[in-house]
Amino acid sequence: MAEDTRQYTDFYAQAGKLICERSCEVMNAPRAEALRTFSALGFPTKKVERYKYTDVAEDFAPDYGIALTPLEVKNLPYCHRISEAPVDVTPYYNKLADRQDAVVALNTMLSVDALVIYVPRNTKVEHPIQISNVLKGEQDTMVNRRILIILEQCAEADIVITDKAVDQMHFLSNQVVEVFAGDGSHLNLYEVEETHLLCTRYSSVFVQQGRDSHVHHTSFTLFNGHTRNRMDVSLKGEGSGVILNGCVIADKTQHVDNNTLIDHQVGCCQSNELYKYVLDDSSVGAFAGRILVREGAQKTISNETNANLCATSSARMYTQPMLEIYADDVKCSHGSTVGQMNDEALFYMRQRGISEQEARLLLKSAFITEVIETIPLEALRDRLHVLVDKRLRGELSKCEGCKLCK
Amino acid sequence: MLQINNLHATINGKEILKGINLTVKDGEVHAIMGLNGAGKSTLSNVIVGHPAYEVTEGEIIFNGKDLLKMAPEERAHEGIFLSFQQPVEIPGVSMVNFMRAALNAKRQYKGEEPLSAGDFLKLMREKRKIVELDSRLTSRSVNEGFSGGEKKRNEIFQMAMLEPTFSILDETDSGLDVDALRIVAEGFNKLRTPQTSALVITHYQRLLDYLKPDIIHVLIGGMIVKTAGPELALEIENRGFDWIKEEVGL
Repeated sequence: MAEDTRQYTDFYAQAGKLICERSCEVMNAPRAEALRTFSALGFPTKKVERYKYTDVAEDFAPDYGIALTPLEVKNLPYCHRISEAPVDVTPYYNKLADRQDAVVALNTMLSVDALVIYVPRNTKVEHPIQISNVLKGEQDTMVNRRILIILEQCAEADIVITDKAVDQMHFLSNQVVEVFAGDGSHLNLYEVEETHLLCTRYSSVFVQQGRDSHVHHTSFTLFNGHTRNRMDVSLKGEGSGVILNGCVIADKTQHVDNNTLIDHQVGCCQSNELYKYVLDDSSVGAFAGRILVREGAQKTISNETNANLCATSSARMYTQPMLEIYADDVKCSHGSTVGQMNDEALFYMRQRGISEQEARLLLKSAFITEVIETIPLEALRDRLHVLVDKRLRGELSKCEGCKLCK
Repeated sequence: MLQINNLHATINGKEILKGINLTVKDGEVHAIMGLNGAGKSTLSNVIVGHPAYEVTEGEIIFNGKDLLKMAPEERAHEGIFLSFQQPVEIPGVSMVNFMRAALNAKRQYKGEEPLSAGDFLKLMREKRKIVELDSRLTSRSVNEGFSGGEKKRNEIFQMAMLEPTFSILDETDSGLDVDALRIVAEGFNKLRTPQTSALVITHYQRLLDYLKPDIIHVLIGGMIVKTAGPELALEIENRGFDWIKEEVGL
């Protein structure tokens, strides 16, 4: 067994019983398989295609205390602890997640509870649901977070998931989100990370879409330490569409790796992907997006763009847009750009009296604006404009505006 | 107002300006004419402090201050404005945010309070009229999708907003149709006062018909070789530059 996984398998050998006691049957059932997978595979090395740009073993090497606290969910509409879910979640839990991925398997092994967001058939959730993950603690902590989102036929919801860290400790969060978007459903899912330099985030989101369903996912990395986001979307029903957008602002030694897969399994589906990065100082960004158009998935329309701004010569960006097509009647495009600050625009602004610093800020902010403007939720759009401006000015204090952190 | 003494400047090590001497007094409009590559645009870029150009010798004194020691934004605050030959498109930066940042930076430099949002928008509305600029344009990103004429009008609009004391019009007439040229030129004339001066770079008499410069300079090979009254522009329009070259022995 590899040395780097030992602390986790040892921990599970000791705490496995306690984990099972605190959890429930549907979550306990796949643990043995997950342990086998995790032990056999070990953490993926950089030789594994989808982990090419992130050193997983290094991120999981520190000795974290592992949180085993169940959730408290009280009277929140549509939100439930998995043990209190109003539907049988057996056909959903761990069915979409990649069971051959060690990072996902580790989550399946160690999660004690899961949040289920269940929106029944033909229900339109009036107000956006916000899930705030707040990392607090007196010691270095690892959390395994599990979320299951089920939208039944023609259900509609906006869900905002925010990540924040209160204490200046090392935190490692490993989240797995499974999303079932039923026929004709509409889901807007937003993720905003606003943590600090000592935080490491692993996120694996799996989406399955039925006929005529629409999913719009936006991922914002405003402030972080090390971040690795995986996003897999399976378009299983004709007429479905997905928008995957993302935005990264990184400086200092921050590291952000977004890895996506959009799997067009059937015809007449649309996908649009736009990820934009602004990298400063010695930050590192990576984007790898694969669009797979399977045999028979005719009339597919797909667009993938990754645009990046490296504001310094020491910032690095790795970009890898991929398009794999096995059908002959499709319209697909993909591309990426890595550029520097537009010197002529900078000078134009300075000639009008705008300081160089302010001009740089306006250009960076303008670069990001394109992603923010695609967000359907107006209040969030306004909020993000403010947060981005503050972030670029270096005024973004942790948990800005959060009641829990006063 | 502006005094340039023995100015030499290079770009990428190549000397373009080879000893320019020029004095512009309060209220005067000077025109600079000359062949392509003579150094006209270089001169305007050096005055506003474009970082690509290096001044190797000489000085520029603006209202008693050493201009070459200032950053481009400070020169702007001191009252220098360049109407760009090719205004830059800045996608994602709205005209409103751009103008507000510029205006408030200048106010801060002068120790004034920033304008309130209401007063600012009122000022925008008022100044827009000077060059008949559509409100549709000022609600867009800076110069993005503007036609050639709209871009030039937008330059004069910005000039109206910032109220500089010394403006440089770098081939503001290029790419303009007759109507746009008239609007731009009339807009500029409305902004003239006895306390403001300008340097107009052009190839054509037509713009000068509107602007009525006090003095014409001819720039050839990086030096001002001839200076005369407005009648010189007419003569150049009729006879070209060859006779001037011969006259000065080039």
